[in-house]
Amino acid sequence: MIELENVAYSYGGDDLLAGMSLQIAPGSFHFLTGPSGAGKTTLLKLCYGALRPTSGQLTIFGQDVQTLGRDDVAMARRRIGVVHQDCQFLDHLPLQENIALPLTVSGQASPEQAGNLHELMSWVGLLGKEDALPPELSGGERQRAALARALILSPDVILADEPTGNVDWEMSQRLLRLLVELNKMGKTILIATHDLMLIRAAKSQVSTRVLRIANRQLIAAGAEL
Amino acid sequence: MWFRTMLWAVLRGDKAADRVVPPSGFTVRLTLFTSAAMAFLTVFALALSLAAGRLAADWGDVLARSSTLRISAPAGQMAEQTATALKVLEQTPGVLEARALSDAEQQELLEPWFGPDLPVESLPVPRLIAITETPAGYDSAGLRLRLQAEVPGAVLDEHTRWRRPLVTAAGRLRLLGWVAILLLASVTGAMVTLAANAALSANAQVIAVLRLVGATDAYIASAFVRRFTQRTLTGGAVGTALAVAALSVMPGATETGGFLTGLRFEGWHWVLPLCVPPLAAAVGFAATDAAARRVLGDLA
Repeated sequence: MIELENVAYSYGGDDLLAGMSLQIAPGSFHFLTGPSGAGKTTLLKLCYGALRPTSGQLTIFGQDVQTLGRDDVAMARRRIGVVHQDCQFLDHLPLQENIALPLTVSGQASPEQAGNLHELMSWVGLLGKEDALPPELSGGERQRAALARALILSPDVILADEPTGNVDWEMSQRLLRLLVELNKMGKTILIATHDLMLIRAAKSQVSTRVLRIANRQLIAAGAEL
Repeated sequence: MWFRTMLWAVLRGDKAADRVVPPSGFTVRLTLFTSAAMAFLTVFALALSLAAGRLAADWGDVLARSSTLRISAPAGQMAEQTATALKVLEQTPGVLEARALSDAEQQELLEPWFGPDLPVESLPVPRLIAITETPAGYDSAGLRLRLQAEVPGAVLDEHTRWRRPLVTAAGRLRLLGWVAILLLASVTGAMVTLAANAALSANAQVIAVLRLVGATDAYIASAFVRRFTQRTLTGGAVGTALAVAALSVMPGATETGGFLTGLRFEGWHWVLPLCVPPLAAAVGFAATDAAARRVLGDLA
């Protein structure tokens, strides 16, 4: 789905990431960990085409990102659900329109989707909040809303950046169960987190690969967890 | 391709996409006011141009490039002086044709005053020579000097020559009117660009969210372009309506009023102001489209 080969990235000075090689296969469940500022978010941004590698080759759905136009990136993002660390919404639209936004912008909005939307909102536990504006939601609700929005187009890949950053342990367990369930439905999942408890909890439910960014390099870190 | 997509998106409309960009009161009012004011001024500049054009055409026709030479001479010298004058005129550059009026023609001219029975040939009536000028005209001061020397009894009568510089001025005024219209269109474009830039930066977060969930640049841009095109169209229509109303209460052109009262549109020219709102909308469309493309191109 997403392949990195010897990818490097820098924001202008020294390389933040260097020599990264990674293959994210369909149906896999990856954790990405490492200290703050190591480049987890940057790696995720590379994976959904928000950033382009300064060197090396990165392919998304078999296409080299260097050859992707802006519209191609937009199309790729319809197949990649992204949950940001600080989830951003359109604050003037009620929650259900925010969650349906990917449908709206891709021209797929239709009355038949209303059922799907309802189902999805009940699945992430946001029923009753349909007409709330995003600023009225709690951190956990925003995280779940972002997840629901990432899922509405039924994407092939889900990239989540610290999805449990703003929520308590119980809520993080609930979000993890949602992600594990999605993985069992065949979705490819990549979660960036420094929450080792979360990774341990996941390992008991699903077979995962844990990657660590250290010294600008990507290394497999499974054994010690 | 992009242009077609945009144009189609604007014409077709998309209620859902319009909701995506939050309404912002400030730029709305600014754009509406600017396009209304510009449309108002454009209609006046248009009226000015057309009036100046009419004036130039009317006066140009009146000139008709004709003047008259009147020869008063003792009966014995009349024929000789007429012949000399004709020769001088023939040699003058700028004179297309010079023709002495026959007795019959002169009698016809005098008939309204003296009746049909006047024996013109027995009276010392001056001889008239009708001069037709080339479009460039002749050098009247030079001609006068030469006539003075060679045909002492000749008086050159240029009825409408004094209007010639006014015709030129009217032509320039018309040009000025068109330049003003061009400037007004550019200023409208500049104002809409500023307002669109302000709206795009104010909505940076909206744009980022839309990009994240897979919106194409065309989709995002069209939401803004549609909004600004509608605003300039509305503002342009309001400004045009006000200007047309103002013009229609002005008195029409009269013989004595001259230029100022001739500012109203005449005949089919009343249709022309109808072009102003669509033109304003076109300017708004182009300016917002360019601004949106530039801003979006810089984003991830």
